[in-house]
Amino acid sequence: MKMTITEKILAKSAGKTFVEPGQNIWLNVDVLMTHDVCGPPTIDIWKREFGSAAKVWDKNKLVIFPDHYIYTKNPQANRNVALLREFANEYGIDNYYDVGTERYKGVCHLALAEEGYNVPGTVLFGTDSHTCTSGAFGMFATGVGNSDAAFILGTGKIWEKVPESMKFIFDGELPPYLMAKDLILQILGDITTDGATYRAMEFDGDGVFSLPMTERMTLTNMAIEAGGMNGIIAADAVTEAYVKERTNKEYELFTSDAGAKYHSIKKYNSALLEPVVAKPHSPDNVSTVRSVEGTKLTKCYIGSCTGGKLSDFQAAAKILIGNQVRTSTFIVPASTEVAKALEVETISGISLKEIFEKAGCVIAQSSCAACLGGPADTIGRAQDDEVVISTTNRNFPGRMGSRQSEVYLASPLTVAASAINGVITDPREFL
Amino acid sequence: MEKVINGKAFVLENNIDTDQIIPAEHLVYSLSDPEESKMYGKYALSSVPIEKSGLPDGGIKYVAPDKFETEFPVLIGGANFGCGSSREHAPFALQKAGTKVIVAESYARIFFRNAVDGGFVIPYESVEKLNNKIKTGDEVTIDLEKNVLRNNTADEEYQLKPLGDILPILEAGNLFEYARQTDMIS
Repeated sequence: MKMTITEKILAKSAGKTFVEPGQNIWLNVDVLMTHDVCGPPTIDIWKREFGSAAKVWDKNKLVIFPDHYIYTKNPQANRNVALLREFANEYGIDNYYDVGTERYKGVCHLALAEEGYNVPGTVLFGTDSHTCTSGAFGMFATGVGNSDAAFILGTGKIWEKVPESMKFIFDGELPPYLMAKDLILQILGDITTDGATYRAMEFDGDGVFSLPMTERMTLTNMAIEAGGMNGIIAADAVTEAYVKERTNKEYELFTSDAGAKYHSIKKYNSALLEPVVAKPHSPDNVSTVRSVEGTKLTKCYIGSCTGGKLSDFQAAAKILIGNQVRTSTFIVPASTEVAKALEVETISGISLKEIFEKAGCVIAQSSCAACLGGPADTIGRAQDDEVVISTTNRNFPGRMGSRQSEVYLASPLTVAASAINGVITDPREFL
Repeated sequence: MEKVINGKAFVLENNIDTDQIIPAEHLVYSLSDPEESKMYGKYALSSVPIEKSGLPDGGIKYVAPDKFETEFPVLIGGANFGCGSSREHAPFALQKAGTKVIVAESYARIFFRNAVDGGFVIPYESVEKLNNKIKTGDEVTIDLEKNVLRNNTADEEYQLKPLGDILPILEAGNLFEYARQTDMIS
């Protein structure tokens, strides 16, 4: 029987030769990831349910990245990081990346890739909806809540319903003014925020496979914004090269069978697409940048698991070099590795960091920061009735802070161009 | 699990995301400390734009400003209820506020799983769209054996979709109780 890549990986994890959509199966989990917001309550539930004999099912498979509320004076937020630290010490969790140490990484979804936890053919669960990001590595990855995570923590197992798959094909390499963010926003505009609920979103076509890993991660990252259970891109030579550089774990490559069943297949011609934005207050409220050009902005934000990777800053720097921003602009590298790379990577001999500083941007420390608002003292948080353009993933009411604020989501190219003019601007003006 | 749930309905629009259910700034509170966790009830649904809070007229806070619990135990939503982040704090906040059951056309996957596996609230799916038929403040009765919602104020009855595969987990209390009852864990 023919299977999609998602079905094949789930079948392997469940110890079966064949699975089909709608079937409820128990999976053996390869990696469980958690962070400072959902880790402490997950640990509480695990202790409550498994009692004094509670055991972590496999210490090597648990990964903890504090990343959400890091640079804040909020006492409860700091207490949550302290709880993770205590837990890691008590149970000997080596894969804990503590705040204030050399090991601190920043945003978990990028950290998973950088630290070699993304392994093709495996199954990864995380207490964060954007865990689907890891699917860019030809693996099954999805988000769960604290109870499901606590169950995994004690047993290494969890139930899932095998999803139907939707395929999105991008034909042709992307023109220089388009980024993966434009592609996924385009899809969201077409299928809406529940267009893929409980389904797998599989990305295919030479438009996708010509992208570097970090751009592919932008596609799978926002699968959840369409309600998708997982986003997935088959691993190729680019994936293998990235993985081999980060880990020596064994991996298995899966691809969808020709003739596998799909809920739907949607094809795009990359050359015909335009830079787009998601207007307030939903990621599926999508229009071309041209149609909202001139909208006055009070803040520009480049950061998060979606738009704070090295390739995102390379794109933004390409536009910002030699220019001045007219609106307050925040640069928030998702990981500490990206933050270091900003000092090393150059354009025309000038480091990205220097390009951003000379343009008048504020460079912040690595964390989730204002992507989800966070405590009141979070850097870049939307205040009052601000109008923000951001490379992040959600613009629901109040998502970036103030409930009165308006947030536009766009690619790093579009945000950088808009920062220079102080109004929403099509990046083609600067390319 | 109760067989019949009675109370006032609170009506919301489509795509109620978890940031509206419990804004991220409040996720710092302990969920296990009895006193501190009351804050989740206090702030449940606090980021729903006020004009859309309590349809059709809006302007009604789900939890009154000086309270930790709601007077509306039944939530009526539209499509894609609970979309957005994976925070289990969302169904937890609703339970803390006193929500017993949600009736919506459809749910986002993670919210739905969390509601059931954590045993916080019962997520019913309606057969037809109800957030344009029921008004905030209507007295409703939900019969969990017959899968029927009765609007006592308007004297109308609506069919709900059977809970199906999730019923045994809800009846057990949560995923862990279910796993113990079925000898998956001890």
